[in-house]
Amino acid sequence: MEGDISPIVWSVRGTVEMDVVVWSLEPLVAALRSAGYSVVGPTVKDGAVRLAEISSAAELPAGTGDAQEPGHYRLTERDDDLVFGFAASPDSAKRFTQPPRQTLFRMRDREIEEVEPEAPRVALLGVRACDLAAMAVQDRVFLGGRHPDPAYRRRREALFLVAVNCAVPGGTCFCVSMGTGPKATAGFDLALTELAAPHRFLIETGSERGAEIVTAIPHQAATGDDVAAAEEVSRTAAGRMGRTVDTAGVQEWLPAAHDHPRWDDVASRCLACTNCTMVCPTCFCSTVEDVTDLSGEVAERSERWDSCFTLDFSEVGGAPVRGSQRGRYRQWLTHKFATWFDQFGTSGCVGCGRCITWCPTGIDVTEELSCIR
Amino acid sequence: MHPMTPAPYRVRSRRPDRADTVTLTLEPLGGPCPPFLPGQFTMIYARGVGEIPVSISGRARPGAYVHTIRAVGAVSRALCRTRRGDVVGVRGPYGTAWDVSAAAGLDVVVAAGGLGLAPLRTVIGELIAHRSRYGRIGLIVGTRTPLTLLYPRELARWRDAHDIDVQVIVDHPDQAWKGPVGLVTRLLDRIVFEPRRSAAFVCGPDVMMRAVAADLVRRGVPAGRVVLSLERNMKCGVGRCGHCQLGPLLLCLDGPVVSYERAAGLLAVKEL
Ligand SMILES: Cc1cc2nc3c(=O)[nH]c(=O)nc-3n(C[C@H](O)[C@H](O)[C@H](O)COP(=O)(O)OP(=O)(O)OC[C@H]3O[C@@H](n4cnc5c(N)ncnc54)[C@H](O)[C@@H]3O)c2cc1C
Ligand code: SF4
Ligand code: SF4
Ligand code: FES
Repeated sequence: MEGDISPIVWSVRGTVEMDVVVWSLEPLVAALRSAGYSVVGPTVKDGAVRLAEISSAAELPAGTGDAQEPGHYRLTERDDDLVFGFAASPDSAKRFTQPPRQTLFRMRDREIEEVEPEAPRVALLGVRACDLAAMAVQDRVFLGGRHPDPAYRRRREALFLVAVNCAVPGGTCFCVSMGTGPKATAGFDLALTELAAPHRFLIETGSERGAEIVTAIPHQAATGDDVAAAEEVSRTAAGRMGRTVDTAGVQEWLPAAHDHPRWDDVASRCLACTNCTMVCPTCFCSTVEDVTDLSGEVAERSERWDSCFTLDFSEVGGAPVRGSQRGRYRQWLTHKFATWFDQFGTSGCVGCGRCITWCPTGIDVTEELSCIR
Repeated sequence: MHPMTPAPYRVRSRRPDRADTVTLTLEPLGGPCPPFLPGQFTMIYARGVGEIPVSISGRARPGAYVHTIRAVGAVSRALCRTRRGDVVGVRGPYGTAWDVSAAAGLDVVVAAGGLGLAPLRTVIGELIAHRSRYGRIGLIVGTRTPLTLLYPRELARWRDAHDIDVQVIVDHPDQAWKGPVGLVTRLLDRIVFEPRRSAAFVCGPDVMMRAVAADLVRRGVPAGRVVLSLERNMKCGVGRCGHCQLGPLLLCLDGPVVSYERAAGLLAVKEL
């Protein structure tokens, strides 16, 4: 793509340049709330970790773990009180930057009126490194080209991001292979590493507004031991990836393998249910919908998430270009891992493992890739 | 402004072409009518019905776009049904263009299948504006029936006044038809051009373009000088909906105009 890539820039100009340690997240949640953010963090709901607004750190799922495998997700009870002792949850941060549905404009008679988009002040607590990387990928899609989206930019800038460095990767995680985690290195306001014995959090500051929040809560300077312990958490996590994938040269060999028999094999297992695209934090495809009010005078147009697994996605002249499951699965996987580079200069996969966990038939992108390679 | 928000345009004139095809001249209600290049398209919104990509088929002065639209579904039908003075939404122009001047000094083959003649009309406009710069010009047109032929009067004018060899072939002849019947590729034998010193502009259904382009290249036209206009589903026109992908290309940004050199390998893959 041409044009300037003008991603969101995070700069550290605050007073807190050293890492600090806090003993509880309660003051952090309170400080964010009094700074005008609604705090959204992981909670337990419907047997899964789900993002929801919280008013107290007590609502965070302390002692909850998860077991994730292809087509399998279960909450577990941990034998410690880690607050972030689980991996990627089905909700990514995507819906806060690219809402599942957004109104674009209204037209009445001969006037077209843009709908002022909402950009709620939300502090997302517990964002993982893979999800931060996914936001950087979406920044390229919505801000990096010739037609930047001002509504996306406003939502993106209104988000306060509190990252958490993963301590316990899941069985379907492969962020190390994709070079995106498990430690958050950029794109956050604050980044936490949860440390045990004694239980505490190391906080890194990534932005001026992050520094302002840290200044407002009780903290102490991190010692060399704290920093070393945090490094050990990330090092251990990196060694515990549930999966790996060798992406060397994938941009060349994957599109070239368009005739590989494995596509028929995976097509026989894929239900084209669209789960993988819905849980994926980078999948950006959308479609549009038009409604007219009862008077017939005001028409409203909105944009909503779409999936390349649907038949009408590729319809031209009354017939889909990709009429077979094989064609649609191949489009998805090839786009994610290869042609995304041509279009946006980056991989479309950040290795979060969600599509593997939430595939009802347990299709595993890392396995498909290694079979096709 | 949001990249998906159109500007209001008024239907300045409406000319029915054939049974299901209408040519609209659209002018902005206020504000500019941005300049366009041959091959580019706009997204046209019919209030409450939807929005579709439509190639620009001509310029009308002052500041208006000409669009030729065939009624095939909900949105195109609504647009074809508009009347003078109605207001629609327009945004664009978008996409890559045919570099007509790159054909200077060469023979030119213009090949149209069906509605493909609409965008190519702007190419012909460029060619005849600087007729002496180009060698022989052959325009070959394939159409379903004699009655679905677009722009018959202009075809005659191009032939008579601008030294363009215009050839038409139909799929289904009627009793009055005395011309050739079959695929547009057959017309390549009827026009005169020196393949190695030729450039070609091609627009029509995928199958037609593949056949014409392959034939031209077989005759010796360099693949890089055979330039197609590809069609895919397009919901946004600005690189954010994902619908227009053809392998590595987002055809709303990297197309619709793509050289056969680039497109051949991609079009050869089924369901890409
Ligand atoms: C770059 C470009 C230029 C075009 N130029 C012209 C033109 O100059 N004149 C003209 O009449 N038509 C043109 N088309 C085709 C036109 O966009 C389709 O006829 C139109 O989208 C059909 O929508 P509908 O709602 O009327 O029909 P429906 O059949 O109801 O559409 C259903 C769905 O299929 C999609 N679709 C159906 N047919 C096509 C198609 N042929 N191409 C792309 N998407 C399709 C629609 O977007 C929609 O998603 C062009 C298409 C592209 C991509
Ligand atoms: S493709 Fe799968 S593993 Fe990769 S980012 Fe999307 S959901 Fe995560
Ligand atoms: S790969 Fe799995 S999750 Fe994705 S569409 Fe197919 S069955 Fe659904
Ligand atoms: S038409 Fe939406 S990305 Fe090209």
